[in-house]
Amino acid sequence: MSETAELYQTLIMDRTKNPRHAGKPAKFDFEGHGENPMCGDRVHVYVADNGTRVNHESRGCAIMVASAELMADAVAGLTLDEVTERRMAFEAMLNSGTPNPMLGDLNALSGVSEYRSRIRCATLPWSALAEALGGAK
Amino acid sequence: MSAALKIANFDIAAIRNDFPILSQTVHGKKFVYLDSGASAQKPRAVIDAMVHVMEAQYANVHRGLHWMSERTSDAFEAVRDKTAKFLNAAAREEIVFTRNATESINLIAYTYGRASLNPGDAIVISEMEHHANIVPWQMLRDSHGVELRVAKITDAGEIDFASLEDKFTDGKVKLLAITHMSNVLGTYTPVERLAKFAHERGAKILLDGSQAVVHRQVNVQAIDADFYVFSGHKLYGPSGIGVLYAKREILEAMPPFLGGGDMIASVSYERSTWAKPPYRFEAGTPAIIETIGLGAAIDYVEAIGFPAIAAHERALTDHALAVLSKIEGLHILGSAQDRGGVIAFTMDDVHAHDIATLLDRQGIAVRAGHHCAEPLMGRLGVTSTARATFGLYTTMEEIDALAAGLLRVKQVFA
Repeated sequence: MSETAELYQTLIMDRTKNPRHAGKPAKFDFEGHGENPMCGDRVHVYVADNGTRVNHESRGCAIMVASAELMADAVAGLTLDEVTERRMAFEAMLNSGTPNPMLGDLNALSGVSEYRSRIRCATLPWSALAEALGGAK
Repeated sequence: MSAALKIANFDIAAIRNDFPILSQTVHGKKFVYLDSGASAQKPRAVIDAMVHVMEAQYANVHRGLHWMSERTSDAFEAVRDKTAKFLNAAAREEIVFTRNATESINLIAYTYGRASLNPGDAIVISEMEHHANIVPWQMLRDSHGVELRVAKITDAGEIDFASLEDKFTDGKVKLLAITHMSNVLGTYTPVERLAKFAHERGAKILLDGSQAVVHRQVNVQAIDADFYVFSGHKLYGPSGIGVLYAKREILEAMPPFLGGGDMIASVSYERSTWAKPPYRFEAGTPAIIETIGLGAAIDYVEAIGFPAIAAHERALTDHALAVLSKIEGLHILGSAQDRGGVIAFTMDDVHAHDIATLLDRQGIAVRAGHHCAEPLMGRLGVTSTARATFGLYTTMEEIDALAAGLLRVKQVFA
């Protein structure tokens, strides 16, 4: 299905179907919530173990779940400033469609730039994370 | 003006030729437009009529004493006559032009609602209303102290008359505001029965005809509707023009909605007196070009004729229900006896937005989300659905393309 390859590629589908960071941890330090009133999607993000572990509880589309997964990979162990830097680079990449070497696997979502209405799906977990980390400052 | 106006029988190829946009490609694929329930495409006749106004026959209406203004006023007012005839209203004065069905309902809530309903009175809606027929009543409830009650629907997606009866038992209900056709379930409601039901219990009835008016001949006198509203843009006309029908005696008792020019009989610095309906409710320069576009849309639909349109759309709906129900893991919402070309569905393990995006890449446009009916989504136990809606230009091949597209969506998520 070539016409969808740029968005629904293997990495995204694999992480949507087999999430590694799904579920609420027994203990966590911070939590944040994101909700998209357009579609009813929601994501809850947990930061645990001194910022080295990020989990999510997601109810939403493949793009949102994959984004939450890749975000959890990308931000584990980063400082608050580094997380903000990644988030800004990620949002810039979604808008431009140009992969950024700093973002690693997150570049798998660059195809979202072609679907303006879906950018919000990819940024929702990051909004929830920002809310969680607001409590860390 | 257009090919389809000249043919007596339903000629789908000729009809499609009337809609310039349908010959486009999207993402390199044939454009399959299955979102007419959100807004329909426009035939050449509508486009030409609107261009003609601007090129040859345009001035403000109801004001000028000059030739061009009189001509434009005549063309504008002719659409009122046409709309009255289209709905079989008893008089042209019963047709008020608004921006859309949403504005029509808000107008009723603000004017009739405030003037004729008293604190303690109740309004009944159903569980399958569009937000446009929920939120204005919640606002009236909060500002005016009326009660808002919600009558249940059955699991099939039909009006539950036992629940409706229950809402009316204390005699407080003054208005039943209900859809003529659900924009999610495709259910046609039994409007004659509902009107009789409301009237026997001392209530008026408002019908949201946004979906129904596109697919069926509406006869407001036969229904005995007190209020009937619809939008031009779903009826193959332009956006920015809507219709409010109300019985003359009701309109005459209603205070104005917006104040300004055109809606007054006389104005002094101390006070103003109101014009008679429908002008009392049409303050300011109206959507002149769009109204004339609506007139062309009504002509277009009537030239094809509702019997032919209904037969075509019934065949499409039957075919769609048959092919979609064969797709494993696909669930169609609602199973009303009397249903039309609005089919909302979910698929196991695939979010509605992913369905819509993957179909879009195949050139197929469907809607995904809550369809401005969030409470109904809750009632049905889903958060969002995909929805295919049909118009008079929809083909059997497009239904097949949808089914094939959905099988490919399943492959991606397999």
